[in-house]
Amino acid sequence: MFYREAGDFKTSYAQDNQTFPITLDRYSYYMVAAIAVAVVPFFITDYWANAILLPFLIYAIAAIGLNILTGYCGQVSLGTGGFMAVGAFTSYKLMTAFPGLDMITITILSGLMTAMVGVAFGLPSLRIKGFYLAVATLAAQFFLVWLFNRVPWFFNYSASGQISAPERPVFYGIDIPLTGANADASVKYLFCLAFVFVLAWIARNLTRGSIGRQWMAIRDMDIAAEIIGVNPLKAKLSAFAVSSFYVGVAGALFFTIYLGAIEVVASFGINKSFLVLFMIIIGGLGSIFGSFVGAAFMVLFPVILKNILTGGLGWDPALSRHLEFVVVGALIMMFLILEPHGLARLWSVVKEKLRLWPFPH
Amino acid sequence: MRKLLTLAAASLMAAGPAMADLVIPDLHYRTGAFAAGGIPFSDGFQDYLTLLNERDGGVGGEEIRIVTCETAYDTERGVDCYESTKGEGALVYQPLSTGITYQLIPRASADGIPLHTMGYGRTSAAAGDVFEWVFNYPGNYWDSASVMINFLLSEEEDGSLEGQQVALLHLNAAYGREPIPTLEQLAEQYGFELLLLAVDFPGQEQGNQWLTIRREQPDYILMWGWGVMNQVAIQEAANIRFDMNNFIGNWWAGAEPDVLPAGADADGYRSLNMNGVGELPVLDDIQEHVIDAGLAAGDGANLGTVLYIRGMYAAMLTAEAARTAQEIHGVSDITPAMMRDGMEALDITEGRMEELGMSGVGPAFAVSCANHGGPGLGRIQEWDADAQVWNTLTDFIAPDDSVTQPLIEADAAAYAAEAGIEPRNCNES
Repeated sequence: MFYREAGDFKTSYAQDNQTFPITLDRYSYYMVAAIAVAVVPFFITDYWANAILLPFLIYAIAAIGLNILTGYCGQVSLGTGGFMAVGAFTSYKLMTAFPGLDMITITILSGLMTAMVGVAFGLPSLRIKGFYLAVATLAAQFFLVWLFNRVPWFFNYSASGQISAPERPVFYGIDIPLTGANADASVKYLFCLAFVFVLAWIARNLTRGSIGRQWMAIRDMDIAAEIIGVNPLKAKLSAFAVSSFYVGVAGALFFTIYLGAIEVVASFGINKSFLVLFMIIIGGLGSIFGSFVGAAFMVLFPVILKNILTGGLGWDPALSRHLEFVVVGALIMMFLILEPHGLARLWSVVKEKLRLWPFPH
Repeated sequence: MRKLLTLAAASLMAAGPAMADLVIPDLHYRTGAFAAGGIPFSDGFQDYLTLLNERDGGVGGEEIRIVTCETAYDTERGVDCYESTKGEGALVYQPLSTGITYQLIPRASADGIPLHTMGYGRTSAAAGDVFEWVFNYPGNYWDSASVMINFLLSEEEDGSLEGQQVALLHLNAAYGREPIPTLEQLAEQYGFELLLLAVDFPGQEQGNQWLTIRREQPDYILMWGWGVMNQVAIQEAANIRFDMNNFIGNWWAGAEPDVLPAGADADGYRSLNMNGVGELPVLDDIQEHVIDAGLAAGDGANLGTVLYIRGMYAAMLTAEAARTAQEIHGVSDITPAMMRDGMEALDITEGRMEELGMSGVGPAFAVSCANHGGPGLGRIQEWDADAQVWNTLTDFIAPDDSVTQPLIEADAAAYAAEAGIEPRNCNES
């Protein structure tokens, strides 16, 4: 009824393997992408960009990154905040040391730098697993934040330890400011959207290719994976590298485009690690779509609740903030009880039902 | 997802169009680790503006509309609050958070909305030629560091700190690190040894720092704390029986919520204050027109406390700047740009404060194009745990401008170079 699959035949392996095998799904995806690229930039305001869409897109990248490591490869990480800080501080150092660099290069280099740091902290994963690995990544979190707070070179010896993003263009020759206060909301949005689009595409194809299967084999049972010929060194370290690259890019965008000024303890503390972890748990472990849904839930829900309670109903802002803790907490628990595999699983169950409806047998 | 977005859009539209009145946003934090300081400040700020509406019909015949937003001292929420309220015609932002201030400096400057960071935020914003839209009068952190050292010098019998050890117990964040350059310079100048003790955000865990203090036995401890950090530090000082008279907080570490948890042990704790405390006639007006009328922002219990008066003082400076702007431009419905002109031409005199029923609440000062920082005066107060009052010990003490001014100029020049700002010429007019 909702999904009309009559006549939707697959005549080649390529068609059978595509990301969106159902025609209706595929077209709605094209539609969302087209609206995001061609319609939203013309209507975007500062508020929509800075309070809703930018954090959503940036957290989506971070959630995909963590999902690759935790959801696909099974290595629990609590170091996301620290790795985001690596991305942010790399981009700050690059921006101030090389004023001629453009933002695309800076963002990618920040991701690569974070990938290297991630691999270094991923080395213990070869010997320790589960909770013990979580504690090792927790050490990375605290060490990295401590480092950026302690060594003045990282914040260019400024009095307060704050770093601020100077104005930089998108790319060589394109003289549109992307960072700094004069940047237009639509430029910032499109830049983040482009990164999300490309990175999500790569992640999707990595995870269903050979390397992704190795990750999942390690996740499901590492000894069995080793016996069938998966090299755990290669699989685990590549997961750490790819994951940290994503998280680093998210950290760089978080600093350069979204906030513009950062204080490492307040922005990249342990809370950030937990926030991203919650996103993938709620969204769905081992699902790219789940990363998006989880990021949307954790970013949008508080904003919507705030707007409804204080903007719409005129409640006291402090009261609605307290209520937000209660409601978000209750919803997380409810989701975990009703659907432990996250919103992505919930959606796929609904989709199965819709495909069969109204004749479930 | 789509449904959620629709809901969000609907609730955004419900916020309503801007009306012709003076919109003053209050980005407060009544939740989180710093709420103990945020609540009384916000109460005082809102209550004074409500008083102006109720008693005088606003400023210059124009009603004040307060737009509130909860930041929880969180920078991401601060951005959300700024973006969601600026469209309503906000005249001036006062985030009461150094972290949020750093976020807002470039944004507000680009949007043409003034930012008033009273005694916090970026110290070098005092350089008005670089920071056209940012004001931090009546004082900044470097002033207060200098004032505290001047006070210590006056405490010493020979007027010298030579060979003494002064510890700085500070929050390891932008806020707490601000005074370090000044104190390092002063340490060199006066020959005292500076011991830096950083407390990690948000400040509950200080065991290590107090062990160091027990070992090093510094002669004085200066504290740059806020919120929960102050309470813990004062309790820890009481636990090791540190002489409270030698433990001095800055002006954000000297309010009732900081000392009350330690009870009688906090007796004698000293702190800097930028405003006066005590009986002010305006408080009776607030009691009568605002609290008794049921219009108070809080429950009214904070009336007359240190931070309540400081919030009220901030609101007074805002209202006076609006009044000045109205006089300069001859219109009552001012824009943010006019508000900025009013702030830059602000002149607070003893007579005016007397008229407003708050004589001695702050120093008399004038703002100028070059100096957005005010005089930076501060007075020292001491906590009397039995009577539960702060007693003012000294008159307003002046900072050593010869120390702070070059530092401000250097930092402002560095910011101008980094952000590509061409400093204004302040000698023209």
